[in-house]
Amino acid sequence: MSQAYLPPGLPIPVPERNGLSAPFWKGVREERLKVQRNPRTGVYQWPPQWIAHDTQTFDVDWVEVEPRGVIYSWTRVWHPVHPALKDACPYIAVVVELPHAGRVRMLGNLLGDPRQEVVIGAPVAAVFEHHNDADPPFTLVQWRRTDGEGS
Amino acid sequence: MSERSLRGKVAVAGVGETAYYRHGQSPDPEFVLCLKAILAACEDAGIDPRDIDGFASYSNDRNDPPSLATALGTHELRFSNMQWGGGGGGGAGAMANAAAAIVGGLADCVVVYRALAQGQFGRFGQGPRATTLTGDLALTVPYGQMSPAQWYAPKAMRFMHEHAIGQEALRAIALASYHHAQANPRAVMYGRPLTEKTYDESRWITEPFHLYDCCQENDGAAAIVLVSAERARDLKQTPAYVLGAAIGAGYRVHSTPAGFATPDLASSHFKEVARHMYAMAGVGPADVDVVQCYENFTGGVLMALVEHGFFAPEEAGEFLKLENLIAPTGRLPLNTSGGNLAECYMHGLELQIEAVRQLRGQSTSQVPDAEVSLAVAGPMVTPVSTILFGAEAVL
Repeated sequence: MSQAYLPPGLPIPVPERNGLSAPFWKGVREERLKVQRNPRTGVYQWPPQWIAHDTQTFDVDWVEVEPRGVIYSWTRVWHPVHPALKDACPYIAVVVELPHAGRVRMLGNLLGDPRQEVVIGAPVAAVFEHHNDADPPFTLVQWRRTDGEGS
Repeated sequence: MSERSLRGKVAVAGVGETAYYRHGQSPDPEFVLCLKAILAACEDAGIDPRDIDGFASYSNDRNDPPSLATALGTHELRFSNMQWGGGGGGGAGAMANAAAAIVGGLADCVVVYRALAQGQFGRFGQGPRATTLTGDLALTVPYGQMSPAQWYAPKAMRFMHEHAIGQEALRAIALASYHHAQANPRAVMYGRPLTEKTYDESRWITEPFHLYDCCQENDGAAAIVLVSAERARDLKQTPAYVLGAAIGAGYRVHSTPAGFATPDLASSHFKEVARHMYAMAGVGPADVDVVQCYENFTGGVLMALVEHGFFAPEEAGEFLKLENLIAPTGRLPLNTSGGNLAECYMHGLELQIEAVRQLRGQSTSQVPDAEVSLAVAGPMVTPVSTILFGAEAVL
């Protein structure tokens, strides 16, 4: 595994037993970013739901989307609230909007210097952060600036 | 005025609280704190606790009505109510639910209560210790986003970005609470004033929130007794009438922690809710004399004040100055007991109590001749709630 943004010891994300979000977690293991879309209307939604919010169909598709977006908002965390993060502050969390996927938003970390100036509206691309040694293995979706800034 | 209204039909007859403690410092178990607050509210109202026939709370309060009714020996239990979701956003909602029960004839004397012993139970501000997580939590916690401050910070950050609002606006909100706490002996921060310099030099918790932008975590309990307006007039305190109340959220406001996906991210989610409240109350923001607005984080107060119509976002920097926010002379005295930041984080029920005290003339930072008194619960969560109280003169 390449160096993870945050130290080990945080809770491991897993799909629900009912499998609602399983296509997402399986997809990111293969470096594919998938979100939900209503097959009839093309309306995207995220996080996953059992039902499409626009037409109330239970027949919701999972579609692969280009793993890029823009920074919609952010916070830089200085006060750890989990023992695993005791020496990890500051770190940056970003809300990333995917304009080409119905403007759904995802949350992740902004890679690079944790003290960098964070710019709302800046373009970012996903970085699939594999945790292959975890039990069970999982992959997080991180983000890096694509305009040459922030490293 | 619609007949389907709470306006003028219900009043607060009694308010009560225990001593307020830092988290983990209560000498009493949570259930005992709860009982003591209810008894204090009954004493304040001058009613026999056994006449309580309804209970309403919020945020999954652990002290259930059957246990309370049994312990107190109430004659009968007619209303047992929990406001769903939203944590502290349910405070005014519980008041509204109690009022609705009285108006609808389901109960005659309802107590709204909240008790917290974060030493006996878990703390709010700590992340989960599970080894695996599913659902929305799996989408945030592995990225180090796991406390309310962290989940809500991007909402305030985006709002401040969109409207070019500086840190000074948040600072003024924090300073107002601490200012008022210095006059309130009940306040946990009584005797501990806050200066601009101390605020500016305080550590970040998560940007844009400094330490002093974040609520305390406390132990204690608070309770409020509501009865019909007619009955309240015969009791010992000056009635604080319910003018209007509303609960809810706008379009697809995701529950915490998936709030990052909410279409209207840069919001405290009072846009529709405040409109419904004012419509019921038959008054507008210009009529409000004093505001108690739940400070989970100051950024939520900023957005809630905008969404309650007190000023436009572009006016925030001008309006949010300490001199405008303090009693008795400010344009809009805010959090006059010290609020969640400096009186006590009793999950906002202490703010409801303070709104009532302002109408009775009993505040430690009294606004002269206050007749319309607002209490806003839990901005940025969902559902949120808000309630307006009025004196007899405005009915």
